[in-house]
Amino acid sequence: MKNLDKTVCTPEQTLCMSGPPSDICPRRLKNLETLKVLFNKPEFKQSSTRTPLGHGDIDFCLKGGIQHGVLHEVFAVTGHEASATGFVAGLAARVAADKPLLWIRPDFSAQEFGELSPIGLLELGLDPIRIFLLGVANASDGLRAAKDALSCGALGAVVIEISGNPKILDLLASRRLTLAASQKSVTAFLLRFGAQPGASAAETRWLVRGSASQAQGEDWGHPVFKVELVRNRHGKTGLWFMEWNCDGRIFQSSTADHSAVVSASAN
Amino acid sequence: MLVAKVDNALRLSAVDRKATSLGLAIGQPLANARAMLPDLKVVATNDPADMKLLTQIADWCDRFTPYVALDGPRHLLLDVTGVAHLFGGEQAMLDRIRKSLQVQGFALRGALAGTAVAARALACYRDGTAIASGEEEQAVRPLPVEALNLGAVTTHALRRAGLKTVGQVASRKRSELVARLGAATLAILDEALGATAKPITPRRPPPDYWQEENFAEPVATEELIRATLNSLTSTLAKTLEQQGQGARRLEAVFFRADGAVRRIAIEMGAPTREPAIIDRLFREKLETLADPLDPGFGFDLIRLCVIRVEPITSEGVDFDAATNAQSEISFLIDRLTARFGSHRILSFQPNDTHIPEEAWVAIPAQHARPSKLSWRKMQKEKDAPRRPPRLFKKPELVDFTTLQHFTWRKARRIVTQCEGPERIAMEWWQHETRQPPRDYFRVEDGEGRRYWLYCRGIPSQWFLHGVFA
Repeated sequence: MKNLDKTVCTPEQTLCMSGPPSDICPRRLKNLETLKVLFNKPEFKQSSTRTPLGHGDIDFCLKGGIQHGVLHEVFAVTGHEASATGFVAGLAARVAADKPLLWIRPDFSAQEFGELSPIGLLELGLDPIRIFLLGVANASDGLRAAKDALSCGALGAVVIEISGNPKILDLLASRRLTLAASQKSVTAFLLRFGAQPGASAAETRWLVRGSASQAQGEDWGHPVFKVELVRNRHGKTGLWFMEWNCDGRIFQSSTADHSAVVSASAN
Repeated sequence: MLVAKVDNALRLSAVDRKATSLGLAIGQPLANARAMLPDLKVVATNDPADMKLLTQIADWCDRFTPYVALDGPRHLLLDVTGVAHLFGGEQAMLDRIRKSLQVQGFALRGALAGTAVAARALACYRDGTAIASGEEEQAVRPLPVEALNLGAVTTHALRRAGLKTVGQVASRKRSELVARLGAATLAILDEALGATAKPITPRRPPPDYWQEENFAEPVATEELIRATLNSLTSTLAKTLEQQGQGARRLEAVFFRADGAVRRIAIEMGAPTREPAIIDRLFREKLETLADPLDPGFGFDLIRLCVIRVEPITSEGVDFDAATNAQSEISFLIDRLTARFGSHRILSFQPNDTHIPEEAWVAIPAQHARPSKLSWRKMQKEKDAPRRPPRLFKKPELVDFTTLQHFTWRKARRIVTQCEGPERIAMEWWQHETRQPPRDYFRVEDGEGRRYWLYCRGIPSQWFLHGVFA
């Protein structure tokens, strides 16, 4: 953890550190990628790869799509945990593409909100072969595992389920996650259940709830989400109705488009 | 003085030196002993505790050789083939083991011989002798027949026949002995005389490769322990490389100066011999131990064993990106396994059944291999999901008396849409009592939440099984 803090420093310090008598972990200095990160402080450089979600207005607000190698926070409205799960599964499927996905969930979450079902995820468009599930006892274990997993460049995305507002998940913890995500450009999704939004270093913050399907009868329709982008570091925020197309693995605007962009200035 | 219940009578099972001098002996009824010495101090035998102590002594003996076997309730067998020279020869090794145990307060008898049976016989009657392989016959012949440990009935039969020593038994014709006592007894006799040797059955599977480091001065600091592990790993890695093997399971054994032994194992999903990887996994494991490694007064021996090896097929640097990604993932899984345990990091495999909750199995990702079955969707093209992404392990009872609303977790939910039923019959060949079929419905409430409910039996009971996205 100490090393992580040290990477957040000014360029002058960085130059001193790259000399031989350095107290920073030598493993970290090894690759060029890390050096790049060190040189681009104070606001360390973030990868600019973006994947479009498929919904025109949202992609416009996100400047082209959801950004890779950063932390995104998704809050479930109480009672809509499964919808938030579906929404994150969609985001992760978009970002990870064909790469594996690690889903970290606390044991409590499986009891309270239901265990993740690979068949259900398969029907949403994720390949169960590429999903790894890590059960953890508490939030601090989950965050530690997430930080470790984000250092594995072969992963496409890491989803961390956290229920409630654990003390351990503060601004510093979210900064660490962001930094870890930026090193190998693995995207992190924090899936929050029953939580109040607090200070965080997340790139975007979403508030998700389910929405009534428009179709009637036998044709049930794809999952529809009422999604509020409450925070966007580099763009506008808004409220939309989105539909997840399970076959195309892409988001689209809901058929009954009652969406209206509520513009607000970026913070 | 120990007493135990044998053949429905309380008999002495162990006596100390003072009691022996007063004329008491093992096997004597307690009543007789009490009559001889009215103020006798008697303690009941505690076999499990004895066994535990013997196991601990066996653990301690592991430092001399990995081949340690428990033999009966009171004996330990050590196979010292090829290790005696490390301790200055066989006699010196025997003396050292006996002395160290005596210093710890144990009264013991020990002997060293070419076969297990001969060694046991000598230990009982010629304490402290070490004889070279091939001299067993000469040493064992004068011993009484009890030394063969053949059991009370056989020993009694031999005594009745006038055969009082091993030599006398051995001088009979083999055909006679087989006819009277059976081939098994003859095999024991042959082993006692050194004619045949049977390998002992060690308590733990002996490691394929091992490397150890002895310390004249016990080590207690974390850095030193880590450095030792590091050097042991690199030495072992070289051996593995020469053999073209990789380790799947490694065990570090820490022998504390006061006799306690601690074993820490790590496991890999793919065979590896990269010292950096092994080192990292041990670090993860040591950091997250529920009861940390307690050096006490220090460790005087650290041993690294390779418990399971597999040949490494691909050699050298791989430039294929896909293989690299695969090895990165398996290293991550190994790390997470070392930290959280293999039951925590799971991957999914399909299961050939239509029961929703059994349609998949979650198995430790480290042991996962590609499945022959393929995943099957229930949904059709352009259709909504028919299976929820969150499924309750135990379906929860709901109150669904009217069609307009139902109550789940004390909250009333208004039904706006309902689609079904999808009937799923239970597998009658799996359960002894027949389970009623389930009728599944997809139900949407006013807030847009979609539930997966089923009703079962007559009168019907409603359960909530999962929630859709």
